[in-house]
Amino acid sequence: MNYETHNYDILIVGAGGAGLRAAIEATNDKSVKVAVVCKSLLGKAHTVMAEGGMAASLDNMEGEDNWEVHFRDTMKGGKFLSNWEMVEIHAKESAERVRELEEFGAVFDRTEDGDIHQRPFGGHTFARLAHVADRTGLEMIRTLQDKAVHQGIDVFMEYRITKLFKDGDRISGALCYNRNDGKFTLFQAKAIILATGGCGKCFAVQTNSWEGTGDGHALAYEVGAELMDMEFMQFHPTGMVWPLSVKGVLVTEGVRGEGGILKNSRGERFMFNYIPDSFKNDVADNEEEANAWVKGDRQKNRKPPELLTRDVVAKAILEEVKADRGSKHGGAYLDIASEQSPDYIKKRLPSMYHQFMRLADVDITKDPMEVGPTAHYIMGGIKVNPQTTESKIKGLFASGEVAAGLHGANRLGGNSLTDLLVFGKRSGEYALKYAKNCEKTPSVSKEEVDRAIEELLKPLGKEEGENPFTVQSELKETMGKYCGIIREEKEIEKGIKIIEELMKKEVAVPDHRDLNTAWHAYVSLKSLLTVSLALAKSALARKESRGAHTRSDYPGYDEALGKVNIILNKSGEDMKVSKNPLPQLPENLQKIIDKYEQ
Amino acid sequence: MNSKFRIYRGNQQKAEYKDYEIEVQEGMVVLDAVHKIQAELEPDLAVRWNCKAGKCGSCSAEVNGKPVLMCMTRLSSLPEGPVQIGPMKAFPLIKDLVTDVSWNYEQNKKITPFTPSKDTVWKMQQRDVERAQEFRKCIECFLCQDVCHVLRTHKKHDQFFGPRFFVRTASLDMHPLDTVNRTELLKEKGGIGLCNITKCCTEVCPEDINITDNAIIPMKERVADQYYDPIKTFWGKLFKKNVK
Repeated sequence: MNYETHNYDILIVGAGGAGLRAAIEATNDKSVKVAVVCKSLLGKAHTVMAEGGMAASLDNMEGEDNWEVHFRDTMKGGKFLSNWEMVEIHAKESAERVRELEEFGAVFDRTEDGDIHQRPFGGHTFARLAHVADRTGLEMIRTLQDKAVHQGIDVFMEYRITKLFKDGDRISGALCYNRNDGKFTLFQAKAIILATGGCGKCFAVQTNSWEGTGDGHALAYEVGAELMDMEFMQFHPTGMVWPLSVKGVLVTEGVRGEGGILKNSRGERFMFNYIPDSFKNDVADNEEEANAWVKGDRQKNRKPPELLTRDVVAKAILEEVKADRGSKHGGAYLDIASEQSPDYIKKRLPSMYHQFMRLADVDITKDPMEVGPTAHYIMGGIKVNPQTTESKIKGLFASGEVAAGLHGANRLGGNSLTDLLVFGKRSGEYALKYAKNCEKTPSVSKEEVDRAIEELLKPLGKEEGENPFTVQSELKETMGKYCGIIREEKEIEKGIKIIEELMKKEVAVPDHRDLNTAWHAYVSLKSLLTVSLALAKSALARKESRGAHTRSDYPGYDEALGKVNIILNKSGEDMKVSKNPLPQLPENLQKIIDKYEQ
Repeated sequence: MNSKFRIYRGNQQKAEYKDYEIEVQEGMVVLDAVHKIQAELEPDLAVRWNCKAGKCGSCSAEVNGKPVLMCMTRLSSLPEGPVQIGPMKAFPLIKDLVTDVSWNYEQNKKITPFTPSKDTVWKMQQRDVERAQEFRKCIECFLCQDVCHVLRTHKKHDQFFGPRFFVRTASLDMHPLDTVNRTELLKEKGGIGLCNITKCCTEVCPEDINITDNAIIPMKERVADQYYDPIKTFWGKLFKKNVK
């Protein structure tokens, strides 16, 4: 089979926040050759959709913020299942990474003193999210894109990586095809950084862009790396619910950060009824106090319960719908019109205004939005070294949503964007060190490449077989039905059975490779099936409810399970599930948590 | 309810509009219809898209001849009768609705990046950043490039940046802490003089950026100030100095 071969020192897969930040770091050393391969056009990665902001303890607003408070908030939000070392690194380095982004050219919203403005978000003690109105992701990606382009990286746009190769125990290369003409390219590389984002596309009602099909998770798993915490898929409490064609599209938490309140069909502000004991010191228990906080009096008052963590708010909305108090189309009402002036809303939340006006004929400065939970973010992913971001496979690094560890059982809003910067930079830095210490370029076996290509070409022009789009729909329906927000043993088992049946299905697509979307859908389907199975198997193994993972048959915490991560790895053709003890929290960090708990 | 669609199918060698009929539901946008046709009738129908929420600018196309984002155009907003969907015309066709927009990325490389001074104090007032922020809303859908007659009709891709990159340059020039003068670049490489401010770009911008009035005209004025100042020219003629 014909294919081109390129040699690079470092290959970066994905051009969202993490991939681009890694590229900037790696190209600081001009003696190494760096390539970025991305599935879409440059600047279109899912990062562009991030709205609310990036969390960092810049301490530009009221209250005395510092890395310790940020550390505690993240650990608590993650239900103490996060890797403490990653949380510590993230809390300490975020502020510097955000300031650096400003030096690269990002233009954040300002405070009256001329500093970066920060907005409040769920689970964060202080107003902590640096933002640009409600289009922070766009600002981030454009800034990083321009910085990276002018540093001279080679970018391969609209290329899809389909397989990783090893030479002994080291990573050695990656096979891909050009989406436009279907031609194959082999990249031989000393180090590979996976920055491929998440896998929200396993679900039908979800917020992810086209790209979120779990490619990096699947690639790493297939080549022998471990996946961790895959049961934790965050359901964002506020996605659009109507019209059906936009069901799931994200409504930023910023709406609640700016004072938006949640109401049921009876007009009751229901979040006061859902405050968990562990958060009762953190949020207001009456409207008066919550309103005073929104008006700006934040020293004496606690924030509204609408700003509880996402897992709590998502489940509260579900409960209201179940109790027949849902909105017209089966969600809750999110009302900012009664809390802020039209001018303020248009200034702080312009894209939300635009989105509802255009897609739902709703003017959010006058009427409430209808919202409901939507699959949003996978906390789990590739298990990495907290300092270097290297996986179990030598030379294979991962950062951003595809990596696990920082967010534990539930991610706080705004922590993902600084995750991209902090660990994207580290991936670039440590991949560079690794590549420079690598004496010779590891090799890729030609037979393995040929076999991989043969496998890819299988469905082309087949006489009989399923339509890949149909199989994808079946998978999404299965995941929503059996592995959604509320899970149960028998249901998950049914889900696993269906996924395994779908895996065996033969797919047929038209017999050509020129921008053949059906063929591309087949390739994505393979990743989706792998991550869906990983999610379901982990969900089955965690017999407790914690953060984003809720089991109706095990509604409470299990102390023993709270001390382990669920790990998946490939053993022959089987997906093996095991439990791995969490690293012990050192005393000095435990003290920080205790200090702020009082 | 069933609706009819006419979609451009083919590549540079051979292409034509083909007719499709599908059932549509309330609230559907053009991109939903294209996806439905792809999933049910034409699995290899090529369409570029990412977010389906108006944030990434990938699904640009010409719907009933008008450059729009397919994900933000509701079927109910279009007149009755078949909906015609074609690719952007200012860029080479790859297949069906997908065009080769890589030329745009080459233009961006020519623009001097953000350059603050070494001793910058990172303080800015909100009122001072707002102009740059307007331009930074751009999602690079390239609809303004598609509709611009300098590119679309006169094909001056080798002498003209196009509205997108005038906006980009303006966003850098109007950054309060940037130190570079990009006027010569705009005149010599960007060909800003070729724009005769017909405002077509402003009309199609899905982000409502006031491209012509807020970006292009001020940049044209800078070029005029620097190169065509009548007093400087007169002074230069009087004393036979070389005046740029």
